[in-house]
Amino acid sequence: MLRKKLAMLLAVVMVAGTVVGCGSKDDGGNTNEPASTPSTTEENSEEPAKTDETGEDESGEAPAKSDGEKIKVGIINNDPNESGYRTANDADLKKTFTEENGYEASFAYSMKNDEQITAAQKFIQDGVDYLLISAADTAGWEPVLQDAQTEGIGVILFDRTIDASEDLYAASIVSDMEKEGETAVKWLTDQKLDKYQIIHLQGAMGTAAQQGRTKAMEEAVKANDNWEYVGEPQTAEWNAEKAQQIVQAAIDSGKEFNVIYAENDDMAKGAVAALDKANISHGVGKDVIIMGFDCNKWALEELKAKNWNYDGQCNPFQSKYIADVIEELEAGNEVSEKVIVMEEKGFDAETITDEDIEQFGI
Amino acid sequence: MQKNEAKKSNENFFMNLVRQQMFIPILAVLLLAVFNLIADPSFFKITLGYNSAGNPVLSGFLITILDSGSELAILAIGMTLVTAASGGQDISVGAAVAIAGSVILRVLCGGNSRPEKLAAPIIVAFLVSCIVAMLFGAFNGVLVAYFKIQPMIATLILYTAGRSIAAWINNNELPVISDEKFTYFGEFIPGIPIPTPFFIAVACIIIIFLVLKFTNLGLYTQAVGINESSSRLNGLNPAFIKVMSFVVLGLCVAVVGLIKVSRVSTINYSVIAKDIEMDAILAVALGGNALSGGKFNMAASIVGAYVIQFLTTTLYKFNVQSDALPAYKAVVVIVLVVISAPTVRDWFSNLTKKLKVKEVA
Repeated sequence: MLRKKLAMLLAVVMVAGTVVGCGSKDDGGNTNEPASTPSTTEENSEEPAKTDETGEDESGEAPAKSDGEKIKVGIINNDPNESGYRTANDADLKKTFTEENGYEASFAYSMKNDEQITAAQKFIQDGVDYLLISAADTAGWEPVLQDAQTEGIGVILFDRTIDASEDLYAASIVSDMEKEGETAVKWLTDQKLDKYQIIHLQGAMGTAAQQGRTKAMEEAVKANDNWEYVGEPQTAEWNAEKAQQIVQAAIDSGKEFNVIYAENDDMAKGAVAALDKANISHGVGKDVIIMGFDCNKWALEELKAKNWNYDGQCNPFQSKYIADVIEELEAGNEVSEKVIVMEEKGFDAETITDEDIEQFGI
Repeated sequence: MQKNEAKKSNENFFMNLVRQQMFIPILAVLLLAVFNLIADPSFFKITLGYNSAGNPVLSGFLITILDSGSELAILAIGMTLVTAASGGQDISVGAAVAIAGSVILRVLCGGNSRPEKLAAPIIVAFLVSCIVAMLFGAFNGVLVAYFKIQPMIATLILYTAGRSIAAWINNNELPVISDEKFTYFGEFIPGIPIPTPFFIAVACIIIIFLVLKFTNLGLYTQAVGINESSSRLNGLNPAFIKVMSFVVLGLCVAVVGLIKVSRVSTINYSVIAKDIEMDAILAVALGGNALSGGKFNMAASIVGAYVIQFLTTTLYKFNVQSDALPAYKAVVVIVLVVISAPTVRDWFSNLTKKLKVKEVA
């Protein structure tokens, strides 16, 4: 009986695995650029299919080499379905690394580290000029990066860092979450309120975004006498509904507050729903200041309508920085700084424009 | 029946009360109420105010409980049936809610993520999502009933894949509905100060009680849950009944999906209705229903659902760290499981008997 159940369980897990696996491969296939080599996400090991693939690759390479100009880049990214941030990130890369801009780009998507490493090996075999990596996990990249180095392939990390010697990559382009928090807190300080009574809604505990965005606020509350938390900072786990319940509980207990500092847009939205229900005014020149992060398009529109006060950016548009680095390297220069921290804006409801929404909204 | 007995023999009143299935959830409500009354009586204050649109709304902790607990109560209805018929639980409920919500938004938006006006009436979107959710329910049900896979394993598939499917339905975009009418289902209908989800829950509860009273659904479900082969020998089709219970749960999921997306007028695939399946299962357990199937008490499950929200809201009020909430719920589960264990129940009844003997002597 037990064995039967065990067999059943295994079978189900395997079926589920195939279903999920197929799904993600299809996604990769659908979103691939027409210019990219077929089935880049396919693992290539000792299978006979591999020879076919390389054959195709070589025939595909011929026109690119004949005009001699195109820079071949292999881009390894997380699944664009992961979040709105990732979708914007992927779209931005696709917009920059086009044939017209002189690139021949291949894309591989996976949220699993080993699949990403396999894809990197394939790109190295294909002889790309640059390898752009947003790693799923920090560990295990050293051997494949060493291979890239011996082949003379430039490696540029974006969005995420990895545990490897700095010599193995040309540049790393990242967001500084702590700075995002500092920018937001600085903006709040500039509002010069007599008293800051803050409800702080945290993201899922332990994530880089939560830690960075919390740090600056915690320090400010400690440092200033007229800043205080209403209750303790609570995690709503990026969830609008949980945020709504937390703020609702604060309202129902008759607590006074004048700032809501939410670590993403969803939670700010949930908080606003609770305020609306209790007829507490919020936004520019109103009773409660609303702060969010991530710059979703709808959130920036709330800003424009002056229902919210501030939204901090988490910049998904790394391609410009990457293109700059490639340009430098192509010109034979060394990149002056290994770690490039992207400029990230904070938008104020009073100054935001329609162009900002179009350009920076994700 | 049990009520009459209690009346007949007054001395047995206490024992019968303990035996009643409603005893545990009602006791939990009373404990929480007394605790709040002692700690801070303002917990029970309800005020009539106006929301930012100028409509009258009632607010207060009790209203919050009725509001937020309603989704759970609706899910508890379906989960009770699934538990009773299949002797297992559906853990894909949260993911299925994401799918149902995503379908509603997809139909309402018609492919455009920021529609100026709705592409289809809300009722059409809701009916489509009902069909989709019932299909997914039937999928789970078929795996359980015909392929004899344990419910928790069978629903693990949708649990894993459901949120990705939900994202795929809307091309991973986050549609936002700006139509005021769409918020009525999750918030308030203008002029009515009680939150709409509560009315929706009441409607669902009335429907399920009418169904249980006037059809054989309840009887057949219990028969299948208690002994599958003997119910087959009595002319029932156990597999069909099991699939039916999953389909009913699918319908409940679609209703909850509507409420959830209506509350925020948008969706976040990875966090909508997160971990709600665990609360739904807990509601069934709190209602004193055997998680191994068989006899069930629908009213007890529904009260159980509101008890969970009562507990959650109480903890929020006392500023308990929200990431510590599951730990408190775990304590409740442990106490419940221990209380409802047969050995402990026997021990209690022995104890009351002994006391009585002493009194007589």
